[in-house]
Amino acid sequence: MIMKARVFVTLKPGVLDPQGRAIHHALEGLGFDGIEGVRAGKLIELELADTVSDGDIEAMCRKLLANVVIENFAIERLSTGSGQS
Amino acid sequence: MNAAVIVFPGSNCDRDLAVAIRTVSGRAPRMVWHGDTDLPAGLDLIAIPGGFSYGDYLRSGAMAARSRIMRAVVEAADKGVPVLGVCNGFQILTEAGLLPGALMRNAGLSFVCKTVGLRVENSRSIFTSAYGAGAEITLPVAHHDGNYQADAATLERIEGEGRVAMRYTGQVNGSANAIAGLLNAKGNVLGMMPHPERAVETAHGNQDGRRLFEGFLSLVD
Repeated sequence: MIMKARVFVTLKPGVLDPQGRAIHHALEGLGFDGIEGVRAGKLIELELADTVSDGDIEAMCRKLLANVVIENFAIERLSTGSGQS
Repeated sequence: MNAAVIVFPGSNCDRDLAVAIRTVSGRAPRMVWHGDTDLPAGLDLIAIPGGFSYGDYLRSGAMAARSRIMRAVVEAADKGVPVLGVCNGFQILTEAGLLPGALMRNAGLSFVCKTVGLRVENSRSIFTSAYGAGAEITLPVAHHDGNYQADAATLERIEGEGRVAMRYTGQVNGSANAIAGLLNAKGNVLGMMPHPERAVETAHGNQDGRRLFEGFLSLVD
């Protein structure tokens, strides 16, 4: 069985996000109004054997996927499918 | 001086660093590949070069910090072996946990490639002993992710402990407290964004970087 998980890596609140700010300005430049703020992050998709525990994924985040000095992470497990992923 | 330069896929200042070390010390450093498990015995200096290790994938320095040789580097650093990380090397040292904080995208989002003014804040370290306290020097920088950030408590601690080795004298990349170079608590690890190895020879037009290597050499030889 193959399982999927998504890891969302985002900058911690308060950490300056120059990329998000540039996107914000660019959207406004295109004429979009009402944008209160933009924060850019990363989405990492993992395909995992069903033996991989939530704790394992969290360890992956702490050890590599996120830099916990500046980033938060959130893990979303997707529905398990058959091995034909 | 018995030195080693660590080479990662994507390092591009490894040779410059090796030439600088050889020019100043008269002895070529050993080039150590990232996939190696062990460092040569009896090292006086481990140098981690600039570049774009592993294509800066995930975060600058993130992959290199988890490479096999870095386990040996962390172990050596813990035992007190001097470690100098320049540019990508600084990013790798923070990712490896040898230095606190993180190096983020430059505040202006642009790659910054120019010669910048620096003030040497701590001239008592093994790396900065050739400069007088408060000395103003110039060194080249060339980076996209040099914006040093750490939480307020960490900044207060490193400032209080005199661990800021050097500071930019002008606005360069948005670094907290204009930090350009940072020491670990024991003082045997220095990470810096400016490139001392690019200011060694007369032809470089600036020899301020040479003094870093000379000062270090005078203490270890």
